Amino acid sequence: MIPRRSLLAASGAAFLSWDAVIRAAHAQTPPGVIVMAKQIDDIITLDPAESFEYTGGEICGNVYQKLTTTPNSNPSRIEGDLAESWTASDDARTFTFRLKPAQKFASGKEVTAEDVAYSLQRVVALNKSPAFIINQFGFTKDNMAQTIRATDPRTVVLTTAEPTATSFLLYCLSAAVGSIVEKATVSARAQGDDWGNAWLKGNSAGSGPYRLVSWRASEAVTMEANPNAAQAPSTRRIIMRHVADPSAQLLGLQRGDYDIARNLASDQIRTISTDNRYSVVSQRKASLLYVAMNQKNPILAKPQVRQAIKMAIDYEGIQRNIVPSNYAVHQAFLPEGLPGALTEKPFKLDVAGAKHLLAEAGHADGFECAFDFFSGAPVGDIAQALQANLAAIGIRPRMLPGEMRSVITKTRARQHDLALLRWGSDYFDPHSNAEAFSMNPDNGDDARNKTLAWRSAWAIPELTARTLAAVKETDTEKRVALYEAIQRDHQQQSPFAVMLQELEVAVTRNSLKGLNIGVLSDRTQYAPLAKG
Amino acid sequence: MKARLGALAATAASIPIILFGLVLVTFFIGRVVPIDPVLAVVGDRAPADVVARARLELGLDQPLYAQFWRYLTDILTGNLGRSVMTSNPVWEDIARYFPATFELATLAIIVAAILGIGLGVLAATRQGSWVDQVVRVFCLAGHSLPVFVLALVSLLVFYAWLGWLPGPGRQGIVFQDMVETRTGLMTLDAALAGDWPAFQDAVAHLIQPAGVLSFFSLAYIARMTRAFMLAELRSEYVTTARAKGLSWPRIVWRHAFRNTLVPLVTVIFLTYAGLLEGAVLTETIFAWPGLGQYLTVSLLNADMNAVLGATLVVGLIYVVLNLLADLLYRLLDPRTR
Repeated sequence: MIPRRSLLAASGAAFLSWDAVIRAAHAQTPPGVIVMAKQIDDIITLDPAESFEYTGGEICGNVYQKLTTTPNSNPSRIEGDLAESWTASDDARTFTFRLKPAQKFASGKEVTAEDVAYSLQRVVALNKSPAFIINQFGFTKDNMAQTIRATDPRTVVLTTAEPTATSFLLYCLSAAVGSIVEKATVSARAQGDDWGNAWLKGNSAGSGPYRLVSWRASEAVTMEANPNAAQAPSTRRIIMRHVADPSAQLLGLQRGDYDIARNLASDQIRTISTDNRYSVVSQRKASLLYVAMNQKNPILAKPQVRQAIKMAIDYEGIQRNIVPSNYAVHQAFLPEGLPGALTEKPFKLDVAGAKHLLAEAGHADGFECAFDFFSGAPVGDIAQALQANLAAIGIRPRMLPGEMRSVITKTRARQHDLALLRWGSDYFDPHSNAEAFSMNPDNGDDARNKTLAWRSAWAIPELTARTLAAVKETDTEKRVALYEAIQRDHQQQSPFAVMLQELEVAVTRNSLKGLNIGVLSDRTQYAPLAKG
Repeated sequence: MKARLGALAATAASIPIILFGLVLVTFFIGRVVPIDPVLAVVGDRAPADVVARARLELGLDQPLYAQFWRYLTDILTGNLGRSVMTSNPVWEDIARYFPATFELATLAIIVAAILGIGLGVLAATRQGSWVDQVVRVFCLAGHSLPVFVLALVSLLVFYAWLGWLPGPGRQGIVFQDMVETRTGLMTLDAALAGDWPAFQDAVAHLIQPAGVLSFFSLAYIARMTRAFMLAELRSEYVTTARAKGLSWPRIVWRHAFRNTLVPLVTVIFLTYAGLLEGAVLTETIFAWPGLGQYLTVSLLNADMNAVLGATLVVGLIYVVLNLLADLLYRLLDPRTR
């Protein structure tokens, strides 16, 4: 028999100890530590030679440095990250990079040209998904020893296969795939011919402001300040926790368990933006939402029909009513923030004009066609609004909601009529999107290069030639002007109705300053993050 | 004895056939889904040579029966392939995600079984009274309220308003990466390390998701217990026992309840199997990295190796638990001997 006094004492102790745990669980995040709630189950790998997903790119961008970068305050300006300076040969094929002195990896070892050459060579040799960003300059496994060379501890020489615009090369080298890893650390952990890929998937060997402490898939990522970074970050530790549900992110932010919530829904952002305890940080992302019209459909192949569809869309209404916080109206294939992006919006809702064009094309009574779209929010809601817009001019879309990859599979097989799709830029150069939207070197069904233009069976030899000329233009200003001209023609002629550009919105506690979101995920910087 | 062993052997022998059928169906469903599996491996942007290489590596150039044969021979050698999503061998992923689900499901089923049986017996012995009405409404709520609503309401009340319990995740920030992973069961790992604050933290994080799942399960168990008990209490042997002057608790627990145990075992085991399969919505809302989440994310990403591997594990769990239920049946019910 337990005496009543002992029982009471034991209960009291248990309660106090429980209370202590709950207090610990509910304490504000510790000083020097920033906790971010984010959906992070898109991470497949954290090896920069392989990572091609949003969150992986963001982490690589903070763990590694590249030869060059672009500041978020002026994204079209190219700056040296590890490179102090660079020169191009007269034939625009040889590029020499001089490294900044005393740049150090997290291990304390200095970054050398040997590390740079090794990092770029392993991208070429591994040939993973993002490798084409580097390989498009003609680097191959066979020639990389000659074309990517360290000539002294601070000099790297790259030789491209063809004359190359300096800005094109520099923008591509600023992509996450151009991250520089520490040769000694990575090569020591290589297994067979994997160039250390298996180890780098979940570890880091970089010189960025942070180093990776751990990644637990669909659970958490922890990063710690690199003690040897050129500029010490303001915060000692960054913890990214996987919280898929936006309501759970919001509750955690309000309880003080998270300092930043990265995936709140439009209505939640609208509500919290009026609360002065929180700040809303927003940035345009290089991600577009557009309607593709397959030119294999003889009706959609008529220029008047394409134009009528573009005029039937209520761009402003859809943005304002469905995605006020997460999208902005944008109508060119280069998203705002990328060099050469066109901000002109030539299309607005004009039902009478659209009907007139349809009648001119011989379809005064409209027509029926299939409409594929991703069923998830908010794309599914936008598709419904588009259905109503098209119905207003007599077009009767057969709604075919599907999973994102099944919609993509269908468009890659050119089996769609209309499709509502999303496209994110692969790297920070106009050619990334120009190649996709305005190049189609072979319109045959068995073409190797399945660009977006090919998927909609849009034969454009003249525009393809202009796009190729633009990527080779060595004068940066002329190059930008060429892309602007291509976009203007593309807006009017193409079978693409570019509608919206995605916004990345993060909500932070007011005491937190310095969240710097980039146009591309690998440009988002944690180094300036600090608690007030 | 011989007959019992024979029946057991027959049940055990059916396991490989069931698993083969499961693999066969899942494999072919995976192949007829209108998603190009190469997309999952290399993404939408990969150049033609990378796409062609991936197609070859996945064996997609082979006829369907050859692909199935290859997969089958691989799993017979213990190789479930590599997950496209995580790049890990599927076994490794399952070994990492399953303990989280196991920890959650086991606590949920223990709570659900104890409370469910208790409430079911209570309601049956007081049929028609206010106690019975309350239990029935409680069970109806547990069974009909969507689990994600329960989860969100629970977070709002116990986490956001009252502050009694921690929020989503398996551990608090202060304990992150502090306890060495041995079994993958956060509570057990913390206990093995002797880190009692981390243990308490892990238990605190378990309470809400396990509570939500157990509420959902106990509603079903309580309803079934009540129905089984009512049938038993109307039996003649109960009337005889009462006439003999046996005490009411003895009649309820020693006689009536004992007879309900046989069907109840099946109910509890199948409920447990359902929980072990992973509760996707609960796991999503509570950011619980379990098997359900793994399976769903894999499915949405057309990561067929992961889907097949996880389905096989789920199938195995069902078969093993069914077998265990069968064994218990034989132990509990003399008529089956």
